[in-house]
This record gives sequence, structure tokens and C-alpha cells, in this order.
Amino acid sequence: MKIKVLGSGCAKCQQLERTTKEVVKELAIDATVEDVRDIKKIMEYPILATPGLVINEKLIVSGRVPSKAEITTFITTAMTKE
Amino acid sequence: MTNKKNTESCDCSSPVIATGSMKNKNKLFIWLGIGLLLWVALYFLIKPAADFITYDVFNLTPSSHLGSSVAFFLYDAPKVVLLLVIVVFVVGIVRSFFTPERTQRILAGKREAVGNVLAASLGIVTPFCSCSAVPLFIGFVQVGIPLGVTFSFLIAAPMINEVALVLLYGMFGWKVALLYIATGLFIAILAGWVIGKLKMERYIEGWVSELRKTGVQADEHRLSIIERVQYGLTAVRDIVGRVWPWVLGGIAVGAVIHGYVPEGLMASFMGKNVWWAVPAAVLLGVPMYSNAAGVIPIIQALLEKGAALGTALAFMMAVVGLSLPETIILRKVLKWQLIAVFLGVVAIGIISIGYLFNAIL
Repeated sequence: MKIKVLGSGCAKCQQLERTTKEVVKELAIDATVEDVRDIKKIMEYPILATPGLVINEKLIVSGRVPSKAEITTFITTAMTKE
Repeated sequence: MTNKKNTESCDCSSPVIATGSMKNKNKLFIWLGIGLLLWVALYFLIKPAADFITYDVFNLTPSSHLGSSVAFFLYDAPKVVLLLVIVVFVVGIVRSFFTPERTQRILAGKREAVGNVLAASLGIVTPFCSCSAVPLFIGFVQVGIPLGVTFSFLIAAPMINEVALVLLYGMFGWKVALLYIATGLFIAILAGWVIGKLKMERYIEGWVSELRKTGVQADEHRLSIIERVQYGLTAVRDIVGRVWPWVLGGIAVGAVIHGYVPEGLMASFMGKNVWWAVPAAVLLGVPMYSNAAGVIPIIQALLEKGAALGTALAFMMAVVGLSLPETIILRKVLKWQLIAVFLGVVAIGIISIGYLFNAIL
């Protein structure tokens, strides 16, 4: 599974990066978490507000930091689809 | 007054929606009811409590410098914080209905003029943070929203915000707060319209047009009432948690001015008859970056000492609406010519408003 966190380095973006990495670690799954900070790369997704969470190239959340429970749900849902 | 806490110094509030914590609707509304009652009780207790502490506990007299400063601080600081809590909560709920994606859809395909008015109005209610100015700008331009319309949004969004309105209402009353909304909207609409007329599209950085168009984004999901309430509560935690030191700091400085600066002192610098005061206030305000929370209490105290309202409003709009960090962030997508025109047009708008109010009020 490929997970990307889109954010230009603002406080909320860093928060999302941290929480996502924690979730991946706790679930002990085979997933890569990439921090995308280059604005040109960020704009490859239909995003209007950072931070954004991308799972398997699909933008799941943008403009807010989801809770840990929510991120866990996103990731497990995406896993069942794989 | 600079805020350099974040690596990208921008103010962000993107509430976390905690799912799973408060699933029970009734329980949530009972807690909200209790909170509201507590709020009302506290609000009516402030004045007697502030007087009691100042005049009985500290034994200060109302006519003394220290007494008037302390009473001012003890009354205004808790009042403004309480007002902030309730307004940020309500605005948070309203904002949960206006996602940037929805605003983008509404504005796509709108002509100029109508578009400028809509964009400026939506700028007030759409959650916006300067960190997201770049993706928002690109997203708007990509779906064909005219440049001037996009600017109307980008000018109104930071300038007219709930924190500014609470402080204006709390310290000056509703008339000044309404005046601020109206003039802020007017400047955002007009400045956006002028920028549109100047046909400056070629001053957008080239890489923006080379991007693959990603189109209009659909909303992720409809929020339930509980989620909206939680959105409001998180907004309170985030925004009030971030601005309260500014509020207290601003009110403390205001309190010192209130108690110690002689009556009429500011008239010679910021009075109606000082012709250069308005442009000087705007020039001074642009590089200063503070949220409204820190500036408004100081302005209120200055007004008391003879500053003119037009000059004070112009200063405030320049500090809150034209921020250097946002300009620096926008430089990623705009060439400097367009940045200069943007700053220039908005500054001229603010200066004109300042002179107008000094002349008619």
C-alpha cells in the first residue's frame, strides 16, 4: 500500500504526517508513507486545502487532520479493496 | 508582533473531527446545554467580579491610573475570551457547510462582477488558512474562475474573520463590527474587480498552467449534525487555544494605554486633521503580522486617546488583511508584478476607506 501525506510543511501537515506514521506502525502493515512537500507534486491531486491524505493514489481527505481512529478506518478500508 | 511558530508561518485551523468519541446525540446536546448555561452565568458575573477584585480585593480607586487599568483588563479580557468561545463555535458550525470544494463549485462559471461579490461573501464563511493559499489559488484558476474573482476571495477570507468580528463587537459594539464587514467586503469586491480588469493573467507563474487539470473535487461525505457540532467544538479548541495569549497581551497593552496615556495624546499623531496619518498607518500595518486579537484592544485604547476611527480601521485592515507571510506564500504562484498590483490595489482601497471615515464620522 502506498500512502502519501500532502502538505507544505505547516503545523497541521506535520501533525498528519506523524499520526499517519503512527497508525501504519500500530497496524503493522506493509505500507510506505511518503511526505509530499513539493507544491507541484501536491497539485497533481485535486486538492484545495492542505494537508491531504492520499491512499493508493486516491485523495481521501483534504483540508483537515482526521483523527487517529478515522485514519485507521481509511487504511483498513483501503486494505480490503486491495 | 510576528508569529514564527510554524515552519510556514501561517495561521491554520483545520479542525479534527473525532469520530467515535461522542456518538451519543442526546449526551452531546445535554453537555452543550450545560455549557451554554455556564457561559451565560459567567458572562453576567464578569462585571461585578472585575469590580469586586479591583476595588475591594486590591483596594484601588476607579480614578487612579492603576485602578482604571486593572478594572479595564479584568473586565475586557474575560469578556472577549467568552465571546470568542461562543462565536467561534457558531461560525465553526456554519463553516462546516462551506468547504473550499463547494465554494469552488459555486464560483466556477460565474462572470466577473457577480463572481466578485459572491467570492468576497464566500470568503467570509469558507474555512481558509494562508498555508492553503497556493492550492486554493491553483484550484480556482484551473476550473476557470477569473483571476479577479479569485482575488476577491483571497482578500476577503483573511480580512473578515470571526476573531476580528468578536473583538470589534466586544470593544466597540455592533455598529463598528458591521462597518468593518461592509468595508472589508467592499474592498475585496472592488480590488478583485480592478485586478480582473487589468488583465494580469500572464503574471501567473508559468508552471501553474503546465499542471495537469485535476478538475472539481467532490465532497468527501456529508457531515452529520453531531460531526458539525464537533467541528465547531474543535474550532473553539484550535482557534481560542491559539489566539488567547494575543487577546490577553493586546488587552494588557490596551489597559496600560487606557490608564496611563493622557487624554488627547493620540490626536496629534492619529487624529482626523493629520493628513498623512492614514497612509502612514497602512504602511506601518502591512509588514506587521498579528492576528486581530492582538491589535484591536490596542486600537480601542488609542481611539479613546484621540485617534480617528478611519485611521484606526485602516491600520487594522492593513495588519489583518494584508499580511506579509501570505504574500510570500502567494509569490510561489504569482510573479512579483502581480503581487505588487495586489498589494497596491488593496492598500489604496484601505487608504480611501480610512480617509472616507475620517471625513464623514
